[in-house]
Amino acid sequence: MDTKTTAMEIKTDEYRIGYDPESSMVSCQGSLRLGGDEYKSITEWLEQIADANPAKIVLNLRQLEFLNSSGISMLSKFVIKVRHKKNIEMVVQGSNEIPWQGKSLKNLQRLMPSLSLEWY
Amino acid sequence: MTQIFGDFNEGLPISQEFLMIGFSPSSIPLKQRWRNNGLSADFMADYLMTFVLSDDSTVSKYQQSEIKSAISYIANELLENAMKFNDEKVQHPISIRLQLYANSLLFMTTNTIPPDRVPEFQHFLQELTASDPTEMYIRQIEKNAEDEDSTASGLGFLTMMSDYLAKLGWKFETVQKDPEAIAVTTMVQLPVKLNLIC
Repeated sequence: MDTKTTAMEIKTDEYRIGYDPESSMVSCQGSLRLGGDEYKSITEWLEQIADANPAKIVLNLRQLEFLNSSGISMLSKFVIKVRHKKNIEMVVQGSNEIPWQGKSLKNLQRLMPSLSLEWY
Repeated sequence: MTQIFGDFNEGLPISQEFLMIGFSPSSIPLKQRWRNNGLSADFMADYLMTFVLSDDSTVSKYQQSEIKSAISYIANELLENAMKFNDEKVQHPISIRLQLYANSLLFMTTNTIPPDRVPEFQHFLQELTASDPTEMYIRQIEKNAEDEDSTASGLGFLTMMSDYLAKLGWKFETVQKDPEAIAVTTMVQLPVKLNLIC
């Protein structure tokens, strides 16, 4: 029972978050260091993507230079939401050249062991 | 009153090389100066890199970007916490200090905290210092996910300990009696493998 989620984009001087339903890809770029409450709308939007039950979701972080712990919390909530759906394949793409990703992305896999981490 | 939690090392020699930034918190609303946290953190990271021996062949470009990214992450988290918890009723500056040692970096932030929030925070610190940080991190994330309204609680500290292998400590001090004002200093020791000029 697939529902359609439309393409969407949030863009500021510091970051960009986009969703392309064709490729089921959520992309985050730039520097995401919002205050805790400011992530609420993005969290809700990510939940809508999961609620549309796509077969697969690719979270592309390959150009996400900075993410604060509130942002890590937001992405973790998203991964847990996808895990609860049970039938969505989850892929996270990271960059070998962005050090925080090498340190912290493995935690997403701890939350959802079936999640595959791809490094570029 | 002085209370210590975790690895708060007061015996460290004073480093000759340090960078300190101070903020007068009440001057601009929190939301407007939020962006300043990231700018200050990035500046501290950029500034420190001038002390790294760049012609040292044992230090790869990746190691350099790793240390820069770690400073930026830790300084930003410390500043965000300091700004979030600071007691707005008290005229006491918020400060962040970065000290360089040959094999480690030391971060220290000082801010005030409303006295009625101290017990809850200290209770959290007791749990944090007695737990395995990786396990507690997963536990907190799962707890946050169940509660729609919760925002990351202590995740900054937990990632520093679990992902960056930093040692953390806290000191609470009464800085004013009437009305009561309490300052908390957070100390983060980050081991680094770089040869620093200091």
